[in-house]
Amino acid sequence: MGIIEIEDLVFEYKKDEEDSVRAIDGVSIDIEAGSFTAIIGRNGSGKSTLAKNINALLLPDGGAVYVDGFDTRDEEGLWEVRQRAGMVFQNPDNQLVAAIVEDDVAFGPENLGIPSESIDERVRGALMAVDMYEYRKKAPHMLSGGQKQRVAIAGVVAMRPKCIVFDEPTAMLDPHGRSEVMEIMKRLHADGITVVLITHFMEEAADADRIIIMNEGRVEMDGPPAEVFRQADRIRALDLSVPIAVELAERLRRRGRDIPAGIIKMEEMVEYLCQ
Amino acid sequence: MIRDITIGQYYPGESWVHKLDPRLKIIVTLVFIVALFLVKDFVGYIVAVAALGIVIGVSKVPLRFMLRGLKAIFIIIIFTFVLNMFMTGGTEMIRLGPIAITYEGLYRAFFMGLRLVLLIIGSSLLTLTTKPVKLTDGMESLLGPFKAIGLPAHELAMMMTIALRFIPTLLEETDKIMKAQMARGADFESGSVFRRAKNMIPILVPLFVSAFRIAQDLAMAMEARCYRGGEGRTKLHELKFKKRDLAAALLTCLFLALIIQEQNIMAALMPTLASLASNLAGAL
Repeated sequence: MGIIEIEDLVFEYKKDEEDSVRAIDGVSIDIEAGSFTAIIGRNGSGKSTLAKNINALLLPDGGAVYVDGFDTRDEEGLWEVRQRAGMVFQNPDNQLVAAIVEDDVAFGPENLGIPSESIDERVRGALMAVDMYEYRKKAPHMLSGGQKQRVAIAGVVAMRPKCIVFDEPTAMLDPHGRSEVMEIMKRLHADGITVVLITHFMEEAADADRIIIMNEGRVEMDGPPAEVFRQADRIRALDLSVPIAVELAERLRRRGRDIPAGIIKMEEMVEYLCQ
Repeated sequence: MIRDITIGQYYPGESWVHKLDPRLKIIVTLVFIVALFLVKDFVGYIVAVAALGIVIGVSKVPLRFMLRGLKAIFIIIIFTFVLNMFMTGGTEMIRLGPIAITYEGLYRAFFMGLRLVLLIIGSSLLTLTTKPVKLTDGMESLLGPFKAIGLPAHELAMMMTIALRFIPTLLEETDKIMKAQMARGADFESGSVFRRAKNMIPILVPLFVSAFRIAQDLAMAMEARCYRGGEGRTKLHELKFKKRDLAAALLTCLFLALIIQEQNIMAALMPTLASLASNLAGAL
């Protein structure tokens, strides 16, 4: 049994009584504890909607979502769900609440009613985990985008979640900020936190141990990165690109070079070619 | 640059005044303001000025920061001064045509002006020595008892916290929109006041829309982090009433007693002082 179980999920955005848009149309996904899953899709493929369903920010119109055994539709377990499955959003500016970094990180634990001394300890731990401890007294607007996003991650980490859903966390960052955030994400995964990364950067997805490609509210492809990227033509048919390393491998193969199928990251490619 | 602005006018420091419980500081400020209106004569003002002077000295905040607050209400002080000077009846001092300056008028004008100055300096001392965050915490705590009659103390404090957090964000947003509109030929600098005001509309409308978008994002992020109102919430920094707070509270009581009883004390001391003075004169 996985930490997140999505069973035949249907979700519709209702404009009015009759008119509604079906954003998710019968999705079943089982995410194992401790895994790193990337969910990819074009704009409007339903990937963000899926993320919000995991955190009970949106509730299913059909099917069910279970987080660590708690049904998201169950009012009683709502806070349990949100504490267990934390969420980091796209815009680093719009998710920080307090005017000082450490106060913002404390916001989640404060909401959970944690005693004041333990909050202090959690805040310190969480800020250290994202390398932002020395910035604890700073105001968020003085930080760079990547730093803000790391503070946002610390705010979620301080709640001690089992799973963190990252909803396009790097979309508004510069390349430097992007690699900072990716680094932290990998580190959290190594520490045993289940990571679900919603993204449209293929390079980021290549770091995951499972890739799910969504299209028009359905799961189109699902499997380990090497397996998914082997079907490069199918990915392109969905208007998505493949990682540069995969593209390169494909072209080299066309020219008669025998590149192993497992190569999907640039480092791996460089290592192979320089052998 | 727009991102370097500081919110409020907090002057960072580690003084005794800075460290006091914000709740106490708010109450002391209120007491001081009330006390200013209880002052009746010259000696009372000396007590008030001395007390304020001591607190400023202890706080180590440079005086020019205090005076900065006065600049904004300079006109009001002058207005009060002039009005009191000319409109008070009594013994004439100088007469300039139809207007007369009386001794009583001058006396009153001087003290009214002084009262205003002390009022402003006293309250800016509060904001100068207290971080906005602490101030909000203090207000939430002080308003707590009024929750029983339906005052949303926590919500008010949360609104202030968020406002403080988003002032720089909205300023940056304004800056961005302004530049975008200027790039399309909008003109914010020339023309009459009305024209310029009208030209602000292309800034205000997108800013408004953007503020709503931010609010929606923030609400979702807060919910995702288990925010459910003030009920059952704890705090990272609990406010604690320490020994120095008690000392400050006692000093404030002493100050208030002095202000209220100052005339009686002076009356009691007068014969002693008078005899002391005559003795001194005799000795000389």
